[in-house]
Amino acid sequence: MLATLIIVFREVLEAGLIVGIVLAATEGVAGRGRWIAGGIAAGIAGAAILAGFAGALANAFSGNGQELFNAAILLVAVVMLTIHVTWMASHAGQMAQEMKALGRSVAAGDRSLSAMAMVVALAVLREGSEVVLFLYGIATSSGAGGLSMLTGGALGVAGGALVSWLLYRGLTAIPMRHLFKITNGMISLLAAGMAGQAAAILAGAGFLPSLGDEIWDTSGVLRDDSMVGRALHALIGYSDRPPGIQIIAFLGTLAALIVLHRLVVHRPRQARAHAQAATHAR
Amino acid sequence: MNRFLASGLGLSALLSLIAAAALADPVSVELTGHKFTPGELTVPANQKFQIKVTNHDDTPAEFESHDLKVEKIVVPGGTVTVTAGPLKPGTYQFFDDYHPDNAKGAVTAKE
Repeated sequence: MLATLIIVFREVLEAGLIVGIVLAATEGVAGRGRWIAGGIAAGIAGAAILAGFAGALANAFSGNGQELFNAAILLVAVVMLTIHVTWMASHAGQMAQEMKALGRSVAAGDRSLSAMAMVVALAVLREGSEVVLFLYGIATSSGAGGLSMLTGGALGVAGGALVSWLLYRGLTAIPMRHLFKITNGMISLLAAGMAGQAAAILAGAGFLPSLGDEIWDTSGVLRDDSMVGRALHALIGYSDRPPGIQIIAFLGTLAALIVLHRLVVHRPRQARAHAQAATHAR
Repeated sequence: MNRFLASGLGLSALLSLIAAAALADPVSVELTGHKFTPGELTVPANQKFQIKVTNHDDTPAEFESHDLKVEKIVVPGGTVTVTAGPLKPGTYQFFDDYHPDNAKGAVTAKE
């Protein structure tokens, strides 16, 4: 049971950390509970369907289906996170003000919410399909201990959800005027990390040049498969032996997000006032 | 959009052909009863290589290696090929993530 619990927990942890950050980043936005719950549900449904087609996916694109699919999921998530960061850049000040005035709920941000629901759905889909296949294997292999192993699986899911909740509660303990700055920073690192992972997957399958195979080796200090290594892998795309392309994709995405953020924040005052008026009129 | 997608796929297929052409024949490993046979593989150091994994069990497996940076699902009766390296000479662990206690193996890169 314990072995099953640990295997499932590891898989759920990665998606759980992403959900925790998304929950904190959308704190106080009206209707976000529905959107994020919807994202999780869609991710689980998608994971079950994907698990059913795992064989077909593996054989697609001359055997590179899984790699291309995973990279595509990561890159779509990067786009969605970018939409959120830019949207927040133009609305964060206004949101913090409204939250002070109206309690903790603001009626804004459908566009950002749908992007964030998508991020949650993709994270759950990616990790979830592995959990579904693992649990399916347990359920179909006859023999003693099946029930105890499924219990372990359920506890693993619960453990992952707990980490997600703790991260969310920990982040929202930060005073409101700092919260969105911090979540925006975390989301930018998350997006850069995902872009790096996607580049590493594509380079591994031979679709991109690796531009150096092992830029550093920190496996003696912090291995990818340690719990801290896994958490950092999920949060910022940490790798103990990254190829050059992974570092370039990470830095390039981070730089692009910072530039984009600057452009939106320093947009002419008039345009922003106009956008605010439009939001208030709705 | 469709044309963009099609040309992207065409390009990626071409790139994978180029990548495949430069590689030697893959080394094979079989999963039976949640154990790898052979458990020890030897590959040349300092060049890319492929491992072909066949799953003879009736449950799914996930061929994974943190050392080689690969992770791939293998359905029952299925075969997948993973690409890794170039490696410095040394020993690199791999395992089935669904049965990590039993299904373990290692790749040794030799010059």
